[in-house]
Amino acid sequence: MKLKKIQKGPLPLLVLVLFIFGYGCSSQLSEADNHNPEINNSTEQIAVKTAGITEIAVEAPPLTDGIFPCNDCHSEIEANPERRELVDMHDDITAIFNHDSDNRWCLDCHDLNNRDSLRLASGQLLDFKESYKLCGQCHGLKLRDWKVGVHGKRTGEWNGKKEYLLCVHCHDPHSPKFELLTPEPPPVMQENISYLNRKQKDDETK
Amino acid sequence: MKQNKTRRSFLKNISLASMAALTATGCNMKELDEFFQRNFRTLSDKEKEDIIKNLEQKYKQKYNKEFQVSAQPAMEQVEFAYALDLSRCVGCRKCVYACVDENNQSRSPQIHWIQVLQMEKEKGIDFAHSDVHYNPEKVPEKGHFYLPVACQQCRTPQCTTVCPVKATWQEPDGIVVIDYNWCIGCRYCMAACPYGARHFNWGEPEVPEEELNTDVHYLGNRPRVKGVVEKCTFCIQRVRKGKYPSCVEICPVGARKFGNLLDPESEIRYILENKRVLVLKEELNTQPRFYYFFGV
Ligand code: SF4
Ligand code: SF4
Repeated sequence: MKLKKIQKGPLPLLVLVLFIFGYGCSSQLSEADNHNPEINNSTEQIAVKTAGITEIAVEAPPLTDGIFPCNDCHSEIEANPERRELVDMHDDITAIFNHDSDNRWCLDCHDLNNRDSLRLASGQLLDFKESYKLCGQCHGLKLRDWKVGVHGKRTGEWNGKKEYLLCVHCHDPHSPKFELLTPEPPPVMQENISYLNRKQKDDETK
Repeated sequence: MKQNKTRRSFLKNISLASMAALTATGCNMKELDEFFQRNFRTLSDKEKEDIIKNLEQKYKQKYNKEFQVSAQPAMEQVEFAYALDLSRCVGCRKCVYACVDENNQSRSPQIHWIQVLQMEKEKGIDFAHSDVHYNPEKVPEKGHFYLPVACQQCRTPQCTTVCPVKATWQEPDGIVVIDYNWCIGCRYCMAACPYGARHFNWGEPEVPEEELNTDVHYLGNRPRVKGVVEKCTFCIQRVRKGKYPSCVEICPVGARKFGNLLDPESEIRYILENKRVLVLKEELNTQPRFYYFFGV
């Protein structure tokens, strides 16, 4: 009988206690006495280093529906480089424009001749997918942090493929400051937490 | 009866009697096996496999759902760390509820692993004057900043040293875990943790069936029962598969950063090397793996 081995330990007492609580027998009793915590950490997996993964996967830029390609309209319109407030078209943007608006306007970022392109200060044209380069002209430190995943948000795998968001996914380029958010509900006050489960609650209300 | 047949034989007899009595009442062998199951760290791979198979069956019966229970061990050459950008967090509490969903926290009685504390900019980090119940129309509120707190995954955790049954320990990748089968619910660890990061199931935890996350880890988000302690595990079920924790993925302002401290190219290393970083209650020498930083 296995029990003999363990009589000297505290186990018989334990069994007594168990008996009182209505638990009991097991073929593993003697093993429960076996206090050798041989810790099991062996593993064959190797972490994939983030080094070497240079891929930057970004979602498509959030262009307003039906507005791109811009040239569909603009190729018919004579380009007017004069700085002014837009009234008939794009007045929605005029209404919210708040991005150093004293000093800047459309053509500081959009190209005069090819509206499907952005334009760097150097004159170089730029696809909307690379708009972060344009933002980085002024916000160099943010661009530096964004590239390493510290400014902005990355999703995916910490040791593998990640997805970046472009600056403009979070910041409206025409009004980049964040809007305030509605917070999720606060935790229940300690004194209002009920420790009854649904069944007990039902019973109580009966 | 002879006098020397005293305590020892009495105990022996009563144990035998108890066994007989229980067999007679037809107690379920599986439940007994579970009751006598040893500490998770002492189990062989085979034993773990069996236990997990039984668990999956049990959950299927109890919750009517197919669970995938993992016991995936720590990866080599990985030490996890977390960094939270105090200059970005707006206190929206989206992380709190993403965590509840991912980790099957009880909805009632309510358990939140993440506590978002609102603090006054004028006072700085001041727990005594912080508010966890703030509830304005919109956040962030003027003159305030927000400091979410969950388990800090300490390098010298006090919770594990006080546990009388060693039901909680630090894994090789730094995650402090709990064996819910071994936890006796004494709550010593809750008293020892300086961050209020541990939570006790005072009642039978309740999660609506349709909201259960069935992708679980044995040492993490598997369903708990009344009487055990639980806490953040950096989403062990996700991060050991390479995924970011749930709170990282939900945060609308990208305040939450996570990665491998041993990888010099990781975001986390960049933050430690280039940003102003702090840990909470540094003077206690808990040496958290959870850092707060100022990204601006
Ligand atoms: S924060 Fe608390 S629960 Fe987490 S490791 Fe440190 S002492 Fe333990
Ligand atoms: S989701 Fe992000 S911004 Fe919102 S409270 Fe959590 S950490 Fe702060």
